[in-house]
Amino acid sequence: MNHIPDITRRNAIIGGGSLVIAFSLSGISPDAQPSRRGFGGLRQAPNIDSWIEINRDGNVRIFTGKVELGQGIKTALAQIAADELDVNLDRVNVVTADTHLTPDETYTAGSSSIQQSGAALRHTAAEARQILLELAAQENGSDVQSLRVADGQIYGPAGTIATYWDLITERTLIRPHTEGVQTKSPSDFNYVGHPIPRLDIPAKVFGEASFLQDVRLPGMLHGRIVRPPSYEASLISADIAGVRALAGVIDVVRNGSFLGIIAQREEQAILASEALKASAVWNSETQLPKEESLVGYLKGFPTESQTVVEQSSDQTTNGSALQHEAEYFKPYQAHASLAPSIAIAHFTEDTLTIWTHSQGVFPLRRTIAKAISMAEESIRIIHKENAGCFGHNGADDAAFDAVLLAQAVKGRPVRVQWMRDDEFKWEPYGSAMLVNIKAGLDESGQIIDWVHETRGHATGSRPNGNPGSLLAARYISEPFDVPLLGSVPFFAGGGLDRNAGPYYDIPNQRVLKHANRDASIRVSSLRGLGAFGNIFGIESFVDELALATKQDPIAFRLRHLQDERARAVLEAVANDAQWTTDETSETNKGRGVAFARYKNTASYLAIIVIVQVDQSSGQVHVEQAYAAVDAGQVINPDGLRNQIEGGIVQSISWALHEKVTFNDHEITSRDWASYPILTFSEVPDVSVRILDRPQEKTLGAGEAAQGPTVAALANAVFDAAKVRLRQIPFEPHLVKSAMEQED
Amino acid sequence: MNGKSQKVEASPGTPLLYILRNDLELNGPKFGCGLDQCGACSVLIDGEPARSCSVPVEAAEGHTITTLEGIGNAEAPHPVQQAFIDEQALQCGYCTNGMIVAAVALLKKTTNPTEQEIRVALDGYLCRCGSHTRIIAAVKRAAQEMAG
Repeated sequence: MNHIPDITRRNAIIGGGSLVIAFSLSGISPDAQPSRRGFGGLRQAPNIDSWIEINRDGNVRIFTGKVELGQGIKTALAQIAADELDVNLDRVNVVTADTHLTPDETYTAGSSSIQQSGAALRHTAAEARQILLELAAQENGSDVQSLRVADGQIYGPAGTIATYWDLITERTLIRPHTEGVQTKSPSDFNYVGHPIPRLDIPAKVFGEASFLQDVRLPGMLHGRIVRPPSYEASLISADIAGVRALAGVIDVVRNGSFLGIIAQREEQAILASEALKASAVWNSETQLPKEESLVGYLKGFPTESQTVVEQSSDQTTNGSALQHEAEYFKPYQAHASLAPSIAIAHFTEDTLTIWTHSQGVFPLRRTIAKAISMAEESIRIIHKENAGCFGHNGADDAAFDAVLLAQAVKGRPVRVQWMRDDEFKWEPYGSAMLVNIKAGLDESGQIIDWVHETRGHATGSRPNGNPGSLLAARYISEPFDVPLLGSVPFFAGGGLDRNAGPYYDIPNQRVLKHANRDASIRVSSLRGLGAFGNIFGIESFVDELALATKQDPIAFRLRHLQDERARAVLEAVANDAQWTTDETSETNKGRGVAFARYKNTASYLAIIVIVQVDQSSGQVHVEQAYAAVDAGQVINPDGLRNQIEGGIVQSISWALHEKVTFNDHEITSRDWASYPILTFSEVPDVSVRILDRPQEKTLGAGEAAQGPTVAALANAVFDAAKVRLRQIPFEPHLVKSAMEQED
Repeated sequence: MNGKSQKVEASPGTPLLYILRNDLELNGPKFGCGLDQCGACSVLIDGEPARSCSVPVEAAEGHTITTLEGIGNAEAPHPVQQAFIDEQALQCGYCTNGMIVAAVALLKKTTNPTEQEIRVALDGYLCRCGSHTRIIAAVKRAAQEMAG
């Protein structure tokens, strides 16, 4: 591993030629979580002043390589730092990922920001406090153990002796962090563990500048890209001269089959791009799988297979009381961010600045530097918020689009806004998946044997140094090859195989992953990765086993769970939902339960869903959802609750409505009419209970609800209508025909 | 235009959204789809909610337009805005503009809406993060506040 010399902002300002050596995570997708990752950011940026800046004017800035996605991370990190520093929260400003200003924490993904950035900030803030206390003790001749701090004021037994603001100098924190500095115990937290209102919400509510769309630069021009009709395509001709003459058009950029417009005003760029698109002639040979036979496609495509769990014992089923198997399917699904992707790029004489909502500005910089053969140090990439992305969508691609256009008008910033259909057609989707589970129970109804096979695409195509991962790079005149899809190792949380291993205590288990690496439909990380499909399978199947052996679904799960924390979330949610083993009296109304521990190492979540199934239409109405979550030490309980509520609603949307549609040649999902999501009339009441465990370490929770919710929903539909749904989405006509078959 | 007369020079068919955002540099109304499907671009025109992505600027001429900035601000927040803060009724916040505009318009017509009425009023406004339950709670809270 290369050691990256610490770059302080001081060096950046002075221009002290710091050499940045790229840290390459080759082959391993960034949604991974290698062990001891909590100090990964600190390895990259060991100096305290890379993370904490205390100013003589009483302001504190903290620097994180993570980014705000709407998950509340800015506030949570500020809470951690304010507590360890012993300063009031309102002094703290949070600077998020900026290649010139912050540490490199690769990507904000995989629900690991608290474990990574939170840990780094906790330790450096604690050490900054310690350093200042020692300085005060030295100057004052007191014993450092006798000193206390309140809002930056240091006082001893006799009273105030100094303040941070008087003591701090430019050099005070320019030193590497050390191990072993004491951090606060939960009983001393003022902010951590409390539902502190989010720092960024007021600005968003009042329309103050908050998003990338709100960045307006002097001389900024507007760009639009004209994309081909389908993935494999080359541009034969377009009326470039004619479009160049349209009102406000500054330039038409053609680079191989990459085609774009630069115009003075945004509406001019849109009109010109429509004219250019209408005139463009493409040679397109894309052949997509048949949407009606995706299951067959998944069964037949080439895969690399790997056994990720192999566990056997002396126990057998002794001729077994029950053998059962089932197959589950989920389609391609879109991130479908409320805002299409956007970026601004600006070249000066020898620098490039990019404003992007990419989840990983440092890997993006590495990738773009290679793509345009420019030194990394000359490129600055700044994160600005966009609407929630839920994973790798078009953000990085839009950044490269903006670069390609900005190259044509060096000196002026170019803003590229994808249109709604651009985002639906070109974003990388969550992979379609096929899950096959087989199990054997003994006579007492205990699961003894379990085999789980998961089929789909590998999930990694985030830019990580290879320009071929950027959309436009495939179409330019000197194109880059599209790389094979990468993987997250199972031990690091898994990708396609995320949560493929059951959390239940089953003596004989085998889990196989069959991953296709050469997707003909563009795929990448979507919230939860394989967890959504794998847990849909596991938690539906567990219910099927319970019901086949006449065991209560919750009792059956508890029977196979020794982990106290797993049992606790199930028991809590059963209590909240007043779960009984009695038959539901109302026709077509049902309840379903599901449980999972995200990645088998992160947050625990149990959920009960109440549904009503409309017999005449097959529509599933979700009335109520109860969830219980254990995320270890909770930084901000309201933030956690917000994320779980959101994950539940989104998972219901995926379950009931969402699938990417396509014909033989192109993606046909293009707007909210062709890709509907859950609306206000369909959203259930949601209540979330948090089992707070401040003595435990914080566990990632942002993706914990995706898998369990869809399974609980399927289980509730079975309870209501006696139909077992094994294919997502639960379209009404499928539910209805299944109900008719039952009768 | 939020209480002040504004003059712009643009092609008459230009969607009002781009005039508001680019010429007048307002942040409230947002580009989500440009297709009158999501509501992120919502403004009030003569007090009624309108999708600025689908209103040509010439149609807005001579009318009163209120954007999120005109509904209230940090010094003088509208009760709906305050309720959104108090309920922490957003995750990414991109849909928030549309939700607040819709809520303001609803509460002007219906001082004590039922939950069902709130859901119906907001049904054409999309939220991808799943903040719906909090948004409903915020509208209820604002209604109570405004009823005084």
